[in-house]
Amino acid sequence: MFSYEFMQKSFIMGIMIALIAPTTGYFLVLRRQSIVGDTLSHVALSGVAFGMITNFYPVYTAMVFSIIAALGIEGLRKKFENYAELSLAIILSAGIGLASVLISLGNTQGILSYLFGSLALVTDQDILLVIMLGIIIFLTVILFYKSLFYMTFDEESATLAGIPTRPINLFFSILVALTIAISMRIVGILLVSSLMILPVAASLLIANSFKAGIIYSNIFGLISVIVGLTISFYLDLAPGGTIVLSALIILVIIILLQYFRSKITKPA
Amino acid sequence: MDKAIVKLENVSFSYGKNKVLEDVNFSIEEGDFVGIIGANGSAKTTLLKLMVGLLEPDKGAVYLMGKAIKDFKDYKSIGYISQNVRHFNPMFPATVKEVVGANLNTSRNFFERSRKKEEEKIYKALEIVEMGQFMDKKIGKLSGGQKQRVFIARALINKPKILFMDEPLVGVDLNSQDKFYSLMEKLNKEYNITLVMVSHDIGVITEKVNRILCLSRGRVYDHKPDQTICFDMLKEVFGNKMNILIHRH
Repeated sequence: MFSYEFMQKSFIMGIMIALIAPTTGYFLVLRRQSIVGDTLSHVALSGVAFGMITNFYPVYTAMVFSIIAALGIEGLRKKFENYAELSLAIILSAGIGLASVLISLGNTQGILSYLFGSLALVTDQDILLVIMLGIIIFLTVILFYKSLFYMTFDEESATLAGIPTRPINLFFSILVALTIAISMRIVGILLVSSLMILPVAASLLIANSFKAGIIYSNIFGLISVIVGLTISFYLDLAPGGTIVLSALIILVIIILLQYFRSKITKPA
Repeated sequence: MDKAIVKLENVSFSYGKNKVLEDVNFSIEEGDFVGIIGANGSAKTTLLKLMVGLLEPDKGAVYLMGKAIKDFKDYKSIGYISQNVRHFNPMFPATVKEVVGANLNTSRNFFERSRKKEEEKIYKALEIVEMGQFMDKKIGKLSGGQKQRVFIARALINKPKILFMDEPLVGVDLNSQDKFYSLMEKLNKEYNITLVMVSHDIGVITEKVNRILCLSRGRVYDHKPDQTICFDMLKEVFGNKMNILIHRH
């Protein structure tokens, strides 16, 4: 299948996404913000529709829309401190409302491939974008590793340890928004957040340390994307679906393994 | 020299229109073991957050170690254990070593391995709370009392002068509570750490601390060590339905 250029591109793109999405997802899940991915992807959909209508490249408009939404969430989070998820629901409604209006406005036939992902869509521009974003995300996680760990575990104490939590939070929100906008090319808007969460869920079942957790999440992400893309190619299915189902199967296998292991080690 | 390590002057604070603290004045001196008590919703946590600078007062001034709280940057000299640490997901993937080490070299990157010296520091902090053998255990697998000790170790690792604790004894069994108080005594007397602790359990805390700050309707009432707690005050703080029982075993 690698004799096809579009498959080479899809694989490069897919592997980068497999590393980016679970990495940002890891921090979101552990901070109990896993719904942020869902929210931002709905807003990204309105960005895509806006791009199609105005003839801008939809990935760029999706990026702009989701960054604005991410900053909005950060702002509202302070306003509704005790109902943090309310701010997400507000932004999600705004995103999906705007998207449906924009889609019905005009020339948006291509939107389906953005919803479920597509192998044929990937352009050189996308690959360049995903590589740049990948570098930024990995540098961020590597350089700010300890600050991110501390903030994820206990944000208040991290602030009192002198970590600039507010700017790091804002920067991280922007990275999440960019991850979603770029990942939707392959995985699709509706399934981006699943790729951010399922590998992490599987990793949390077996990881004993924070570092191990990140590494497992990335490994599971990679396996899901490679298996998912291959199946998608041979069976001609939407890649988003096959990737996410692969991630789900990994999660189920780990749950079952743990179940049987506890049966064996626990005397009846 | 002024020995006040924490000082609040005419501090008021409100959440929106709801004024929770009004014109609060007190100071905490070096070596004190202070208990902050009050009914639910009497702004005990708010008061603690104001003292460390996590919240800013609407009016008045807060001083920490002689510095206005805005200019305070000597983060290593304070330890803080928030209420939130109890609510973390038990599946959170972190070892005791990672949690305690979080307070050291916060700028370390992913690939830098912790140096030997650092591991020793972590171990020493854990030894103070008698948790040395749990270094590599996953934090979620420890009991409530053990977790509490790990968080104390994390706060102790930079040798703070003052330790702030928000309800440290919720979810901790009675046996561990005794251990907790003897640990507090050790920190206070041997390590000269000033202790400030929020609690809603007035029974035990009044016997252990040397000062009580009572919060009621936005005001703070200060009880010096030689005073016994005024029962009328307690009735006001906890409401009139309270019966006060005193046991002396």
